[in-house]
Amino acid sequence: MSGNQIVFIVLAAIACIGAAGVVVFGDNPVRSALFLVLNFFVLGFLYFTLGAQLLGISQILVYAGAIMVLFLFVIMMLQQQSAFLRSTESDGRGPIAWLLGATMFMTVGAAVLAPLGGVTGSPILDTFGTPQSIGKVLFTGYAWPFLISSVLLLVGIVGSILLAKRKF
Amino acid sequence: MSYQPIPTIDWWAIAPVSIVMVTGIVALLIEMFRPNRNNNTIVAVSLVGLFLAGLSVVPQFSMPFGSSFGGMVVRDYLGLVLQLLLITVCFVAFLFSEPYLREKRIAFAEFYQLALWASAGGMIMVTTENLLMFFLGLEVLGIALYCLTGMCRQELRSEESAMKYFLLGAFGTAFVLMGIAYLYGPTGSLRIDAVSIAVASDQPHFVLMALFGFGLLLVGLCFKSALVPFHQWTPDVYQGAPTNVTAFMASTSKIAAIGALIRVLAAGAPLVSYWFPIMFWVAILSMVVGNFAALVQKDVKRTLGYSSVANGGYMLVAVLAHVQAPEKVSLASTLFFITGYGVMTMGAFAVVSLAARDGKEGTRFQDLHGLWHRAPFAAGCLILFVASLIGVPPTVGFFGKMFIFNDALAAGLLPLALVLAVTSVVSAYYYLGIIQAVFVQEEGAVKNESGRPQAGLNLAVLLCALAIFGISLGAENVLKFMAPAEDGRQPVAERTVAQR
Repeated sequence: MSGNQIVFIVLAAIACIGAAGVVVFGDNPVRSALFLVLNFFVLGFLYFTLGAQLLGISQILVYAGAIMVLFLFVIMMLQQQSAFLRSTESDGRGPIAWLLGATMFMTVGAAVLAPLGGVTGSPILDTFGTPQSIGKVLFTGYAWPFLISSVLLLVGIVGSILLAKRKF
Repeated sequence: MSYQPIPTIDWWAIAPVSIVMVTGIVALLIEMFRPNRNNNTIVAVSLVGLFLAGLSVVPQFSMPFGSSFGGMVVRDYLGLVLQLLLITVCFVAFLFSEPYLREKRIAFAEFYQLALWASAGGMIMVTTENLLMFFLGLEVLGIALYCLTGMCRQELRSEESAMKYFLLGAFGTAFVLMGIAYLYGPTGSLRIDAVSIAVASDQPHFVLMALFGFGLLLVGLCFKSALVPFHQWTPDVYQGAPTNVTAFMASTSKIAAIGALIRVLAAGAPLVSYWFPIMFWVAILSMVVGNFAALVQKDVKRTLGYSSVANGGYMLVAVLAHVQAPEKVSLASTLFFITGYGVMTMGAFAVVSLAARDGKEGTRFQDLHGLWHRAPFAAGCLILFVASLIGVPPTVGFFGKMFIFNDALAAGLLPLALVLAVTSVVSAYYYLGIIQAVFVQEEGAVKNESGRPQAGLNLAVLLCALAIFGISLGAENVLKFMAPAEDGRQPVAERTVAQR
């Protein structure tokens, strides 16, 4: 077993534990959210091992950092009234959910795994996914959309300020 | 490492959008340094910025047409005319917004910045052949409009409409994104002509994916342009939003969405046999449902909302006629009708906004009773706008519908032409109901005399009225201007397949 495989298996195992932790262990939403942070964090490392460095950095900064903090905020604000979320009655939807979930898993698995059989190396360039190569694309060919998306963020900020203005 | 060449930048092509965006940022800075209640400086700066943006569009009509940034920005008649129209609509909206916002006690400066950016988003949508740019424009426009819709927080209805608009708009955006993904999958291209690449590849499953993606894209666009059966949000949102926002939204989002729809449908030509029957029925349903549902409304803004659904149907007829027979039917009548629609909708909503008094606003028909006495000039112009919306002969609405009717006949779409004519007659009933509310009925028990003269509103209304007269008097010339002989024949359709 090569070093790459060991690294992958360790990271993948942690990611799987994190994913399972979101839904399996207990019903504390804060704990679920923290498991999701773990999952996102390790996924970021997996991106690094694939050579997609910028994606990994953004995954950790944006998802594990910013978005999950927002999640935690919302959960903590809503937790006082979250009792109705936990309905323990079984109403026959469980088996259907299992069936649909298994079907989904098998479909996606078959679609993803089949083409991967016999693949030994990646055909992409070494520079794929490095901050330099993405930066070069962003600031040349995609400079205009890049600027527009900055205005999109500005719209979001100003819009939320407008909606948060006090009532008269 | 492979270096991407820095693209040669066509500064003129991006000038209008850039100027409008920068104007928004300048307006934001003014608000930052002078955080008081008086928005007059911001309005003035915004109007100047919009004027400059308009000026930067005009010389481009005589420049060579084509695309820069690899198709992300294109210059053609469709884009230039619609850009000019979007700038004009924003300009008119700003003229009458400030008094209305003050009357409603929601004079937030953020309205101007968001409206400017929304206009810029619309302008991006109509001047691109790149699905990524199209999506960005759609989102800039959409998110700004969601927030503006909910800006009147003391009214529950405004918040409700913002929520509805946001949820359904996000739903529509999801369709657009899925569609783009399915077009990108088989072709690896974000260009709008991905469909023809997929069809040219001659691989059945690529064609199938492109067909699916194109269908999703159309669903999303129909959401955005409020075509039946994706129109349910329209009356609620039009009713709940502050009236100046409704005016702005009705014009801007319709113009931008139809402009994008024209390009997407033209690019979908290789699959025309699949989507044409569907869009055919969408057009018929929009005209029928829009006009008939408007008959039973008790609220002016809801009525105008359904009327906008119907008008979307008329525009779709024009687009379909162009796509069906691009060699015979140019886009001129579509552009002509959209221009007329923008002007008369702005005018009508501007007059309706007079119903706001002292932080309250009623928009049922009886709330307009006696408007004739309070604001004779605006009410007089309302006759003109409504006549134009009905399609009474010497107005721009009449010419627009006539051109579309002729186009539909020329393209062999007789059923669409007939439905257009019949539903237009039906629409006269509810439009006349608005006139009746303003003129015939006397004001009820609650006399309210606070209707002070509003120079900005009168100016806006006057501009719209003059535009209606001007465009209809010079209808032939305007039509020629919008589709000059050498370029007007299939301006969009012919190019989309050629460039890769």
